[in-house]
Amino acid sequence: MLSSQSYQDPGKMKDYHYSGPVEHRFSPYSFNGGTVLAVAGEDFAIVASDTRLSEGYSIHSRDSPKCYKLTDTTVIGCSGFHGDCLTLTKIIDARLKMYKHSNNKTMTSNAIAAMLSTILYGRRFFPYYVYNIIGGLDEHGKGAVYSFDPVGSYQRDTYKAGGSASAMLQPLLDNQIGFKNMEGVQQVPLTQERAVQLVKDVFISAAERDVYTGDALRLCIITKEGINEQTVPLRKD
Amino acid sequence: MALQDLCQLQEVFPDPDCSPSGTRTGYYDGGFPASSSSHPFNFFIPAAEFLQESPLRFGQVSSALTSQDHLLSSLSWPPGLPQDAPQSVPLPFPMSHGTTTLAFLFQGGVLAAADTRSSCSGLVACPSSQKVLPIHSHLVGTTSGTSADCALWKRILARELRLYQLRHGRRLSTGGAAKLMSHMLHPFKGSELCVAATLCGWDGGELDQNQEPTQGGARTGPSDPDSLEKASQSSTDAQKSFVRKRPSGPSLFYVCSDGTRLQGALFSVGSGSPYAYSILDQGVRWDLTLQEATSIAREAVYRATHRDAWSGNCVDVFHVSSAGWRRRGREDLREEYYRERDRQGGGDLREEYYRQGGGGPEGGVVQREGQTRGGGPEGGVLQREGQTRGGRT
Repeated sequence: MLSSQSYQDPGKMKDYHYSGPVEHRFSPYSFNGGTVLAVAGEDFAIVASDTRLSEGYSIHSRDSPKCYKLTDTTVIGCSGFHGDCLTLTKIIDARLKMYKHSNNKTMTSNAIAAMLSTILYGRRFFPYYVYNIIGGLDEHGKGAVYSFDPVGSYQRDTYKAGGSASAMLQPLLDNQIGFKNMEGVQQVPLTQERAVQLVKDVFISAAERDVYTGDALRLCIITKEGINEQTVPLRKD
Repeated sequence: MALQDLCQLQEVFPDPDCSPSGTRTGYYDGGFPASSSSHPFNFFIPAAEFLQESPLRFGQVSSALTSQDHLLSSLSWPPGLPQDAPQSVPLPFPMSHGTTTLAFLFQGGVLAAADTRSSCSGLVACPSSQKVLPIHSHLVGTTSGTSADCALWKRILARELRLYQLRHGRRLSTGGAAKLMSHMLHPFKGSELCVAATLCGWDGGELDQNQEPTQGGARTGPSDPDSLEKASQSSTDAQKSFVRKRPSGPSLFYVCSDGTRLQGALFSVGSGSPYAYSILDQGVRWDLTLQEATSIAREAVYRATHRDAWSGNCVDVFHVSSAGWRRRGREDLREEYYRERDRQGGGDLREEYYRQGGGGPEGGVVQREGQTRGGGPEGGVLQREGQTRGGRT
């Protein structure tokens, strides 16, 4: 709901302009790139991420997927600062175990989303620099996607892209899955095969245009039978 | 409870300034009245020197720039918390909230409306966010500011109101809820927390059911300060303390994280609020019907979304009455633009005008069917510019 653009902001060109004496401080954050995407269908959900871990101009790893399995019906995708991603997933795992031991049941996707919101907001003044998307099946077996901002605002969606290429992918998903901005099209429900193919195509496009996305694509397809993982190669340059 | 568990997990991050009494990792002590043992939220407050910058842009604070991490411009972090902390450079320009929300009172209750666009530094993060959140059955709040702040603080408010209801047997009034929220937000004054909400509620006159017959004879006027004594004399059950007749009916309060708490009959909050105010000031009266009020609210949001870049997409309308809140289905405003264009006669009216040779010495009023819109309650006929040069008002 907010935006600001301050006057002297050199933006992305600041590496090429000298803007005066600059004080460099230690920053507790770093950006490690990566894109995550989640799509919810009638009885399935797909969470996909690339597997490249980068920092600045370097690639640290080509095999660092960003989807983490939480329960048999829920997968979370985290992109942003890898250190915070790791800690956050550890905290979520711990909280899942605590819930299981005290309530004797597994947390539902809806409950995990609400819990994650409060975990993130607890760090409102030193946020986890992570863009989260949870994909899974809700209590009725329908696909559910919950998307978050770094401080815990969340809502349930049908599809969402997050991470470095999110601004490129989200409009494409709006068009292909949401049928937005198209006139006179027949809106067919999304089948699992079409969704998987769409996700692969979308990531191939993202790898073409975003430098932080590439190497390989890890897909987690969540159905009531369980979680099926696939790996698809992407361009490595 | 999840919020309680949070404080146990924060012990992972030791606070060097921690007082000897132990687990205080930076929660605020706002003298919070209702809960003695539990605080509404326990925040992790780190050492200040790390937080001269944050790569996350919520957009609302920005000070003089130093070059920082490659991604996003720096955010200053002015922690206005009880412990002393450095204050940041004040903003060179005022920030407004990128949204349009409005609420007003009328004879049928309270009407609240908002757009649904949620933006983040020029990108529409969510075209279908919900900015009017129900808090309990007879209270609805519009939200403006940072989405996460609004959502979480509304959730905390809902919890506290529910606890109040369980403890005291009645719902807290809208003014009371507004005061509660204002006090909860006060310790964060000066920090980057940004919440500007209007609380729209119907204060019920409901009392505990079994107090009615015993109090009937002895109860005097609504604002009688001696009602305490009278009630205790007449009540047969000593545990049921005094019952004051509270005003019931629709009620509207504006609460802001800078400490403002205002009661009013009409509020609009956000970057689109000037446009909404112009529509509302023209049309809002006490004796509107529900349909008229809905259409005014919807029109106000529609005009604001048209002119304000940070408002857009759909409009949500909520109505709070004595029976509770009700939500009108979310409406996509994109269709409205097309309908309006068709009502206006379609196409470019200025071209029409020149084609018909207008602009003669007497003014040449060009009339076409469909071009005059039934105006507001005054019935004013709006002429689009280009139809007449005669300057007819």
